[in-house]
Parts: sequence; C-alpha cells; structure tokens
Amino acid sequence: MSTLAAAVEVRGASKWYGAHKVLDDVDLTVCPGHVTVIIGPSGAGKSTLLRAINHLEKLDAGRVTVNGVLIGVREHGTRLKELSERAILAQRAEIGFVFQDFNLFPHLTVLENVTAAPVATGRATKAEARERAVELLAQVGLAEKAEAYPGQLSGGQQQRVAIARALALRPGVVLFDEPTSALDPELVGEVLAAIRALAGGGTTLIVVTHEIGFAREAADRVVFMDAGRIVEEGPPGEVLDRPRHPRTREFLSKVL
Amino acid sequence: MSTSAEPAEAIGISESPHRDLATQRVIPLRHPGRWIATAVVVVLAAQFVHGLATNPFYQWGRFGYWFARPVILRGLWVTLEVTALSAVLGLVGGVVLALARLSHNPVLRTVSWVYIWLFRSVPLIVVLLILFNFSALYRTLSLGVPFGPSFFRFDENKLATELVVATIGLSLNEAAYAAEVVRGGILSVGRGQREASAALGLPRWYQFRRIVLPQALRAIVPAYVNQLIGLIKGTSLVFYVSLLDLFGQVQTMSSTYPGDVVPLLLVATAWYVILTSLVSLAQYWIERRLRAGERR
Repeated sequence: MSTLAAAVEVRGASKWYGAHKVLDDVDLTVCPGHVTVIIGPSGAGKSTLLRAINHLEKLDAGRVTVNGVLIGVREHGTRLKELSERAILAQRAEIGFVFQDFNLFPHLTVLENVTAAPVATGRATKAEARERAVELLAQVGLAEKAEAYPGQLSGGQQQRVAIARALALRPGVVLFDEPTSALDPELVGEVLAAIRALAGGGTTLIVVTHEIGFAREAADRVVFMDAGRIVEEGPPGEVLDRPRHPRTREFLSKVL
Repeated sequence: MSTSAEPAEAIGISESPHRDLATQRVIPLRHPGRWIATAVVVVLAAQFVHGLATNPFYQWGRFGYWFARPVILRGLWVTLEVTALSAVLGLVGGVVLALARLSHNPVLRTVSWVYIWLFRSVPLIVVLLILFNFSALYRTLSLGVPFGPSFFRFDENKLATELVVATIGLSLNEAAYAAEVVRGGILSVGRGQREASAALGLPRWYQFRRIVLPQALRAIVPAYVNQLIGLIKGTSLVFYVSLLDLFGQVQTMSSTYPGDVVPLLLVATAWYVILTSLVSLAQYWIERRLRAGERR
C-alpha cells in the first residue's frame, strides 16, 4: 500500500515512562476508510499508541501523520520541533477521540456536549452545529435525549453521546480507546453497534478493545501488540484464527 | 420461596398461619434519651431568651435607639464598601495567583507560592498597620522602569486615604486565601475533562471558561463564601487604621456614651448577623443554579 494514501501513518514511535519503554519503535499504516482493531494484554502500549496519534501523548521519538499532515510537530531541518498548543488543538479537528470513561461534560446537556467543539472552534454556526448534532444523535439512537444531562443517562447511552460528540467535527479519523471497558456487560452491544455503523462510511476507525468478537466481525485489519511492540498484524481471519507468533497464540488462548 | 416443583399447597405456603406477614408493621426503637435531652435544651433556651428580654443590662430601648442611627448606618456603609471592594479585588487576585501556581512556568509558580506563603503567615492587622505607616516609608509611589525613568508619580500622602489603605490591605490578604480556594476548585475537576476538551480541539480560553470553571465553581463557591464571611468580620480591624466602619462607629460612640456600650455592641452583632445571613442566602441561590446536570 502506498505511503501517500495512508490515513494514519506511524513511523518509529518510541516513548519511555522513566526507564520503562512503553512504545518501542512502532510502525503502523492505516488505509483510509478501514477499521483497524488493536488488541493485546494490559500494558502493551495500545492506549499510548492511540493517544500518540492525536498528540494527547507526546512521543520521545518517531512521527505520526494523519492524511499526510505531521501531527504535533513540524520539520525543522533534520529535526522535529513541537508545535504550539493552538496549532495542535486545530489539528485535532481532523481526529475524533472516544475515551474509555466517556468524559462527557456533566454540566452541559447532551446537545451542548455535541455542539461545543464545532461552535467553539468557529467551524460552524450555532444553527448548523445544532442541526448536525440532532442528526448525529439520531444516528446513535439518542434523538430524544438531546436535552438530558449526561448524569441522567446509562453508561452505554453516555458512550454513544461521546461517539456523536467525536463525529461533530466530521473528522477523517476516529480513535476509540477501550470504548466498552467501563460498561456493564449488557450495554456493550449497543456501543459496538454504534461503532460498527460507522464502518464502511468512509471514516477511518482505529479501535483499541478487548472485544475479540468485534475484531473478528468489524475489523479490516487486526493488530496484536505486546510489550510496546506490534507483534503481528493482518486480516482478522489470519491474526485471530491462524496466528503466526507464539505470543499471539498464547494471548488468544486466554481471551477466547 | 419454593425451589422444588411441588405445588405450593403441598408444602403449606398458601395455608400458612403467617400468610399476612407482609402487613406486619415494624415498630421503630424508642429513644427516651432524646426526649430528656430535648427538654433540658428547651428549658435552658427559654431561660436564655427570658434573660435577654427581661435583664435591664441589655437596655433594649437603647438598642432600638442606636440600631438605625445615621452614624451607625454610615459605618455600615463603610463596612459594605470595604467588603465589596476587597471581595472583588481579592477574588480577581486569587484567580490570577491560582492560575500562576498551576502554570508550567516555574517562575510564576514560585512567585505565586511565595506570595501565598507570605500573606498567609502575616496577621491581617500587621499588614494593615504596615500599609497605614507606608507613607512614612515611601514618600512617593512611581510607575516606571526600575532604576530608570518613571512614567507616573503619586504623592503617597494624597493617594492613601484610609479607605484605600484598608481596601488594599484586605485585598492583599484575601487574594492569598482566595488563590488556594480557586486552585482547589480547579484541581477538583477531573483530568478526563481536560483531556476531552483537548481531544476536541477546544481553544484554551474556552476550555477554562466553559468546561473547567463552571465545574470548579461548585467546589469554589462554598469555600469562598466561608472566606467572604471571614472578610466581613475581618473588616472590623480597619478601625485600627482610622477607618470608621460599623465596628469603628460603635467603638467611637461607646467612648462618647459609656453607658450604652452593651446595646451598641448588640447593634454591631445584629448588623454582622444580618450581613452574613444575606451572604449565606446568596450562596444557597448560586449553588442551586450551579447544580445543573446533577438532577436525575
């Protein structure tokens, strides 16, 4: 696959927490419109990699490009220089992010949560943002909850609002950081369904999850990470059913 | 509850002599000690009220005479003025200090820390008296480059009326405490809120004003009202820098009318109680408004 066509490209990403190397020279290429699912044991660096893509986590070495644009840094001769906070904030409009703990704004209504970003960044008028928000809330099945506060919703509903909020800026790439890990088991399905509904719609999705079933059904590619490295990647049929690496086999034998 | 497949009658459920157990009421435990304690307190309170009403020592007639005298109301106005100015200036200073202490800039962090440490260490009365004697220390106040030219000059003696000195002193003190109240409030807003704001690309000022501050206020308001009530009562110290506030007027009148000391002190008490009650009422309304999103 050609480098230029990649929606997300990570090259040589490395990061240390003190003496511990959480990301160890990671390379990842994600095609536009594809669904990539990252699996692996806790502490493998999955979330750190995901957070590095929208620069919530700064890399010590390596680079990330989204739709060909360097994220968080610019080239300065042979070195990389960190961008200003304002420039980084502007870049994030292209990258939606859904958190494990939803992180909705509890003092704002559902509708205000979804319209905040387009209005605050000046990308839409209030009326336009509202129209788009109503559309998005209908898409995730929460049209009637627009005036509710997050505290009045179930975990699954809150996470679906968070998905609508992440889509409000029409990002080309949406990142999901364990979107169902904080949910009661019976609420997992509705959130996974909302994510699956986005697949194939042209938006590039990267999902860190422990839901192997979701990976099998919805992923175009599955990436298995362990100890800060990508151990193995490929179509779900290969990685999940015929893993080549013993570490992948060991992990899958425990979670399946 | 039967777990077997037998019909209920066979194991005696429907024919049970206890079939009306569900209607049996539970009688709460009696607490005779509470009634005795209540009686004792009521008797003591009645005695106290009776004493207040009938003891000639309180001179309620004189209390009525002084309560709304122009001289007392002038003092009350000064108290309100100094409190309001210091509350606003102190809060603004507190927000600036709190933001400086939370900033990534080590110089700002240190300066803010030193300021808070210093003004929390020095008694308010000492701050006021130092400021009051400032004109002896600094003849003029000029604004300009250190050791270089100055752009503005003020004659300290003309500048520093008692009201200004009192307001500056109280504000300096208030800012140090307000800073910690505001900082505590901002820290009470979860990390996830800031991360979500950052991930959405919300501009920094918007993040602070619309996301962090409204949530921080719920922790700030009760603590700052506490601070404000301390300030209202703290203004009684400005009497020592020759400013005749409510307490100052009461003191002055007491030396002129020594027989009315007790009713005058009661007048001051009544007014301070009224002021703090109004502030508490305002707190109640503000907290109710900030509770959006908590309703279930």
